[in-house]
Amino acid sequence: MSLLFRSRQQGAQQVKISGFRRFVMFWVHNLQQAVASLGELARYPFASLMTMAVLGLSLTLPATLYVVVKNTEAVGASWQHASEMTLFLRKELSQQEISTLHKRLSLSNDIESVRWIDKDEALAEFRVHSGFGDALKGLAQNPLPDVLVVLPAAHKRSAGQAQQLAQQLRQEREVEQVRLDLDWLQRLEALINLVRDGLLALALLLCLSVVLIVGNTIRLNILSKREEIMVMKLVGATDGFIQRPFLYTGVWYGVVGGLIAWIATWIMMAWIAGAVAQISELYESQFSLVGLTGQEMMILWLLAIGLGLLGSYLAVRKHVKEVEPQ
Amino acid sequence: MIKFEQVSKTYPGGFQALNQVSFHLEPGEMAFLTGHSGAGKSTLLKLISMMERPSSGRVLINGHDLKRISNRQIPYVRRDIGMIFQDHRLLMDKTVLDNVALPLLIEGYSMQEARKRVSAALEKVGLGDKLRHYPMMLSGGEQQRVGIARAIVNKPPLLLADEPTGNLDPKLSMEIIRLFEEFNRVGVSVLIATHDLGLIARLRYRTLTLKEGRMINDGLQEG
Repeated sequence: MSLLFRSRQQGAQQVKISGFRRFVMFWVHNLQQAVASLGELARYPFASLMTMAVLGLSLTLPATLYVVVKNTEAVGASWQHASEMTLFLRKELSQQEISTLHKRLSLSNDIESVRWIDKDEALAEFRVHSGFGDALKGLAQNPLPDVLVVLPAAHKRSAGQAQQLAQQLRQEREVEQVRLDLDWLQRLEALINLVRDGLLALALLLCLSVVLIVGNTIRLNILSKREEIMVMKLVGATDGFIQRPFLYTGVWYGVVGGLIAWIATWIMMAWIAGAVAQISELYESQFSLVGLTGQEMMILWLLAIGLGLLGSYLAVRKHVKEVEPQ
Repeated sequence: MIKFEQVSKTYPGGFQALNQVSFHLEPGEMAFLTGHSGAGKSTLLKLISMMERPSSGRVLINGHDLKRISNRQIPYVRRDIGMIFQDHRLLMDKTVLDNVALPLLIEGYSMQEARKRVSAALEKVGLGDKLRHYPMMLSGGEQQRVGIARAIVNKPPLLLADEPTGNLDPKLSMEIIRLFEEFNRVGVSVLIATHDLGLIARLRYRTLTLKEGRMINDGLQEG
């Protein structure tokens, strides 16, 4: 459009380009500028890769921590027996009464399963395993109570909920004592929460630093192209037109930085996997480390691109405007 | 085409570059703007190309008050004005083709569409065979002509030239002026700022004279 000369046709109007074609050309131009920005980066591969590596490695730390937290949570959840509680019953109860309680608890919504350990069976087992076999023979009567082992339903398994359930069961007439060994589960949960919160804070700080680093790199980029920007402004380029290549540069930083983050995270996981295998061997558990899923990798990548774009956007918004022709 | 009404420009710091300047350049007119260094020639051109805004008074182009043009609209105003500089302001790391095509690409031409017009513009300034050259490979006069090709490639109705012959010998200077005359013949308004009085004397064009920020002769009154 010409502001000063109404009859004057310009640019796209002059060569008679249809609306559809102009729409297509807009994207073609953007693609061209994107490729041109990539070419520009390739001209200084070392400097470009440094910025990309900073971006990528900054994201690697939170990504790796995230994987660690994710796996720890999986371990916590897999130890469902942690919230298992043991109900010691009154000695004077008859078999009939115990059986009734067993049935009643089994039907509760809050309880997944109840296992009854008969006091005679328990004694027999104790005799075999404890090594006190002979000493136990001297006892006049069985000192062990009947025991019900209660596994709470899934929604009652967290430390707080399990505690509540235990309190409830303690009220039962037949129950002498409830034992719930929650301490270590609580500690594990608290630890995971701490790591998760720390991870979030760390991730935010690192994202911020990524934005600042990209912003500063783009700022230097803009300053080194002062002359060119001035000339472009003199021949009528809008700020948007001048900004676009720099924004694409930021996007490319993110694209490659994200790939670097993938690779670095994968290497970190491979590194840790050895140690994890050793631990799980010691605990005789079948545990294998789960890395980033496809979806999480995409999120990491988009995050890297988003941060690159944000950093460059902040830089161009401020600095392209500042370069005025003289 | 260009109309100044009581225009003053005071820079921050108090230096008054222009003082109550008024003149009117008709459409299709070609004129020289002269005066010593610091008389306000560059400031006057900057007010037209909106690199500066006046402290008081009105600048009109084709009847449009530039005061009404917002900062966002400035690029569109500049697309209507071909500007030529003493130091020609070419991009040294780009070929002649890329340099001249720049205004067209900014307007949304594709490179294929732009190439034809770039060739035509370079043909006009006599550099049709230098498309693939870099500015460094050209002489001073040739570089200046590339600058002119860039200024006219999108056929603006108005040409502004700031000391276009400043670094050139008289023969080359005359060639450049002849180029401007050619554009003027097809209806382009041309305003050339220069302190090359010898050049002006040899040509019979209207000459506006600035002295210490005042227009002491607008070239219309006999004096």
